[in-house]
Amino acid sequence: MTETNTPSYNYTVVRQFAVMTVIWGIVGMAVGVLIAAQLLWPALNFDIPWLTFSRLRPLHTNAVIFAFGGCALMCTSFYVVQRTCQARLFSDFLASFVFWGWQLVIVLAAISLPLGYTSGKEYAELEWPIDILITLVWVAYAIVFFGTVMKRKSAHIYVANWFYGAFILTVAVLHLVNSAAVPLTLTKSYSAYAGAVDAMVQWWYGHNAVGFFLTAGFLGMMYYYVPKQAGRPVYSYRLSIVHFWALIAVYMWAGPHHLHYTALPDWAQSLGMIFSLILLAPSWGGMINGIMTLSGAWHKLRTDPILKFLIVSLSFYGMSTFEGPMMAIKTVNALSHYTEWTIGHVHSGALGWVAFISIGAMYYMLPRMFGQTQMYSIKLINWHFWIATVGVVLYIAAMWIAGVMEGLMWRAFNDDGTLTYSFVQSLEAKRPYYAIRLFGGFLFLGGMFLMAYNMFKTMSAPKQEKASDAKPAIA
Amino acid sequence: MDINDFRGIETALLLVLFIGLVIWVYSKKRKSTFEEASQIPLNEEDDGIDHSMTSNRNNNTQGE
Repeated sequence: MTETNTPSYNYTVVRQFAVMTVIWGIVGMAVGVLIAAQLLWPALNFDIPWLTFSRLRPLHTNAVIFAFGGCALMCTSFYVVQRTCQARLFSDFLASFVFWGWQLVIVLAAISLPLGYTSGKEYAELEWPIDILITLVWVAYAIVFFGTVMKRKSAHIYVANWFYGAFILTVAVLHLVNSAAVPLTLTKSYSAYAGAVDAMVQWWYGHNAVGFFLTAGFLGMMYYYVPKQAGRPVYSYRLSIVHFWALIAVYMWAGPHHLHYTALPDWAQSLGMIFSLILLAPSWGGMINGIMTLSGAWHKLRTDPILKFLIVSLSFYGMSTFEGPMMAIKTVNALSHYTEWTIGHVHSGALGWVAFISIGAMYYMLPRMFGQTQMYSIKLINWHFWIATVGVVLYIAAMWIAGVMEGLMWRAFNDDGTLTYSFVQSLEAKRPYYAIRLFGGFLFLGGMFLMAYNMFKTMSAPKQEKASDAKPAIA
Repeated sequence: MDINDFRGIETALLLVLFIGLVIWVYSKKRKSTFEEASQIPLNEEDDGIDHSMTSNRNNNTQGE
């Protein structure tokens, strides 16, 4: 046996999370496509309360962020922490508890949200018993992750683990503070905060969910899978340290930009705007670091669709982290807030950055977790890439146009001071763009079905002999 | 001294901390350490494939 030096790793939980990433991705995005269609054809809720937009929308956001994104983060963090620390997961039992507990949370969300149980906090809608379950799972997750880091062989903790660690710690704090509530019954609770403070706590949570769940965690993914797939070390390890500390220090303060021109004190709004503007620097530090990792090996982009997913995700990351600070400027926000522009911005981040890098990472993980060297079909990955790219571009372009248009319509005045357009007129004007958005989302979902087919084919492919590949040249 | 002095000092301290971090990270002494660290994902001992999923399911339990 040539593998005596290799510690045996827990790949079971990694494999489970990898498969569920794809499954929940399809579920969450399918709900998204349905509610996009409902905006175009409201009759699609069939007058059934469980299928109304108001109940399915939180189901969509929870499913794509916490089920799809969460499984991708747990999958990759458990893989990366084991391999970069050369240590088996701290506890197999707890790891498996994290998997099954997280799936239970997702199923409970999928049942309770359509039934109308909600605490009314965006991205934190789940009621208090589920919140407690989330806390238990998350503590177990933290113990497994940090326990493994403590078991590491080398003195240094690789940068990907820093990002995963920051994500795990911060989300724990965010969840505990924002979900603090007074339970009334088993299914109803009231926030522990009131008024503008409640709003501020909510968006401190909300924006840091973006900053730590959807950014820091996925940057951890980036710092492992981009170097692996490119076969080159990260462009600047030093930059990774500087932008890590800058990113986590600054993100904390950006939340108030969700509350421009509200009852929140003006100074807090301005503070949120300034910190959002500063955020451009560390965000682009990470984006440049990731993309420049390919410097000198750009040709690999031509032939490797997995690398295409990873690198294009970074371009979308750069784009949306430029757009975000811009939209946080109060005068820009006066136009963009409450319009489709925000939806477009979120999806350029969620589809272009988060989903793309997760998909790229899953195409790396899936074959390995099923004893293969590569996916069943590379060609299908390439198809997936192009279908998804066209889907995202259609989606965000449609939402940009619709958003700016409705923002301008809402603020248009006649000479006598009355509004030029009624709200319904702005809705009417958006219809064609809703159709384009629906088509874009449909394409993106279609790409996920290709991925699922490719995954099942990879899972059922004849197992390879494990002969000569004990010491492969790492490409 | 009122709260605004404290805020000013806090801001200055954080700036110094950040500049200190940059100097620490970019000092020549640490160049080799960080170059080594950046190789961690590329210097792995095996191929990262779960061979327990290949034909015979007998390994992956020996260890440490």
